[in-house]
Amino acid sequence: MAKMELNRKTKTEIEDSSSLKGTLASVFLLGFFLIVTWVSVYFLFLDRF
Amino acid sequence: MHMHKFEKIWLIFGIGTLLVFLTVLGVSAFYLGNQPPSCLATINPEKVDTTAPFNEPGLKKVEGKDWDYELVYVAQAFAYSPGEIEVPLGAKVKVIATTKDVIHGFQVAGTNINMMLEPGYISEYVTTFDKAGEYLILCNEYCGSGHHMMTSKIKVVE
Amino acid sequence: MNTLNAKIDPRDGKLVMAHFYVAFIALAVGGLAGLLQTLVRSGKFVLPAGIGYYQILTVHGVVLGLVLTTFFIMGFQIAATSRTSGTLSNLQRKLGWIGFWLMTAGTLMAATMILLNKASVLYTFYAPLQAHFIYYLGLTLVVVGSWVDGAAVLGKYISWRKQNPGQPSPLITFMAVVNTMLWIVATIGVAATVLFQLLPWSLGIVDRVDVLVSRTLFWYFGHPLVYFWLLPAYMAWYVVIPKVIGAKIFSDSLARLSFILFLLFSIPVGFHHQLMEPGIDPAWKFLQVILTFLVVIPSLMTAFSLFATFESYGRSKGATGLFGWFKKLPWGDARFTVPFIGMLSFIPAGAGGLVNASHQLNQVIHNTIWVTGHFHLTLATAVVLTFFGISYWLVPHVTGRVLTKAMNKLAIYQGVLWAIGMTFMSGAMHAAGLLGAPRRSSFSEYGGAAQATEWIPYQIAQAVGGTILFVAIILMLYIFVNLAFFAPKGEEEFPIGEVSDKAEKSPMVFENWKLWLGITALLILFAYTIPFIDMIQNAPIGSKGYKLW
Repeated sequence: MAKMELNRKTKTEIEDSSSLKGTLASVFLLGFFLIVTWVSVYFLFLDRF
Repeated sequence: MHMHKFEKIWLIFGIGTLLVFLTVLGVSAFYLGNQPPSCLATINPEKVDTTAPFNEPGLKKVEGKDWDYELVYVAQAFAYSPGEIEVPLGAKVKVIATTKDVIHGFQVAGTNINMMLEPGYISEYVTTFDKAGEYLILCNEYCGSGHHMMTSKIKVVE
Repeated sequence: MNTLNAKIDPRDGKLVMAHFYVAFIALAVGGLAGLLQTLVRSGKFVLPAGIGYYQILTVHGVVLGLVLTTFFIMGFQIAATSRTSGTLSNLQRKLGWIGFWLMTAGTLMAATMILLNKASVLYTFYAPLQAHFIYYLGLTLVVVGSWVDGAAVLGKYISWRKQNPGQPSPLITFMAVVNTMLWIVATIGVAATVLFQLLPWSLGIVDRVDVLVSRTLFWYFGHPLVYFWLLPAYMAWYVVIPKVIGAKIFSDSLARLSFILFLLFSIPVGFHHQLMEPGIDPAWKFLQVILTFLVVIPSLMTAFSLFATFESYGRSKGATGLFGWFKKLPWGDARFTVPFIGMLSFIPAGAGGLVNASHQLNQVIHNTIWVTGHFHLTLATAVVLTFFGISYWLVPHVTGRVLTKAMNKLAIYQGVLWAIGMTFMSGAMHAAGLLGAPRRSSFSEYGGAAQATEWIPYQIAQAVGGTILFVAIILMLYIFVNLAFFAPKGEEEFPIGEVSDKAEKSPMVFENWKLWLGITALLILFAYTIPFIDMIQNAPIGSKGYKLW
């Protein structure tokens, strides 16, 4: 929690302004897209001779 | 160097995913034997026609090996020999190919049989032809003005 | 940072514009070649006057893959260095000009041979197809010229460090230096095969060439080549875009870290282009697959940084909720929107790239038109749209003009049109590739094969996409000419982002080139030494040259 102490100033000024939850959601969407693509081609590989 | 907590979570997830992919590929390659074609055998490209097995291109039944048939191809600008072949459904086949001149790309469309033919090297791939149908063989590496005219055909029949 | 120039010195600007003229002429020529290719492949069009499909394919690859990229990147990196580390010295600028003229002479030599149909060997020039020696010589001059050009950037960096001891260099200069080093280390491979193998062989001094060694040296160069294209786009994404939208750079040190990771891991990975080759041991292939996956990590970091920059900016403008920040971005500004389309395209591009590098999965797509679809997302969308986005402010900045509202609007249309055209073309390429359609092939019905008939609708979709893209290219050329010669006089900003005040100073270890180049060399030796010795020890008889076009 030391980090929160350092950033306390901005945290108290605007509650939401330093949040990166949208970033986290975005990169995870990206990650799932990578996984879906890769797994699809992997199954194509398994299906073919 | 400071890194945001969410970035750490993302990188752990991302690197973890890469590790899972690599593990799947590695187990498939080294344990199940699904390696990409890497035969490592050499040949004199100017004497292909007189070197076995390339002196007799085509399908041959073999005994006492891990596979039932050997299917031999010779590539040159701009043709494959043989031009058409029938393979029994379910046959385990070792495809063996080489080139007499420049680089060609031996690809059986719609399958995993996809290997570079380079002068001086033999390319091999073992697979079981388990789906009936007509398959087009083409050249997928530029080899000259007739590159797109190089074809052959495999019929997998009951 | 007293050396920061708000405006580039006009003498440096002239050098930058010289590079850009060649780059945009290349765009015109290469774009036309690309359009013709998609039309031929649709099966509805035959090239006039006996021009060969593979001749224009060679034009397309050389002129866009090598000329447009190298000239633009050298120009941009000189501009970025001059802007953030100060005006070049006379010697450095002279090096820049010598490099520029060497590259231009080389380009003209190679282009002449292609036009005379003596070099229809594509830009990858795989032996034993043998081009005219002047073609190889021309490409050598392009590479050597780029080294001399790069020396201008390195020279400026060295003098900046001397004047500012103990200070981390300006971020974008640092990035330009990393990319220049990456380029020099990478091009050693292609220089080696051309100078020691292909030139003597095409001159008839030696009779035979070792095909596998030549390919391996080519791909030692070929993969870092794509990172050499990508890193200038990343420079704009990390440093320029935050300033354009009015935000701060998310993290200076993480940006530097990701660039160092690119330097380390983008070179010892060439085997993932050679996975289907008979002469390389599969264990060594797999080792380079692992190294290839490591180079994904800095891109994962970049994705996070960019989203974080956008979200922080949106929230500072009062955005709320999970994705509210997205709407706050300046969508009306082409300097942001066009590169942003490029960033978006890098998501499917990256996904495809992971598939390509995945050892045996490569069998599904190797040398199919999926691969062409892939690098038309990476290079021909992510990178090129970012380069266009850079041109919108850099060209007027240098020529003392401004990007007018009308041009800005046209630029956004251009970007959107590009996205639409590429969705058709690259999408159809990916789909047809999964069905088995080959890349680098003229229209063919393959003897009436049923499988080949299935590909034709996708080829028509590619021609539709290609046509839309060509319209977008014409728009881009119009905008470029306007910004270079006709736009109203004024001051256009060269946007360089600032790090937020709260950020810590970047550690000096990033500037320790002995360390980074040392690790780079070790990784290269580790990945290549044994398989390379193997190749030479077990080499078959070499190949004579063939001219089959």
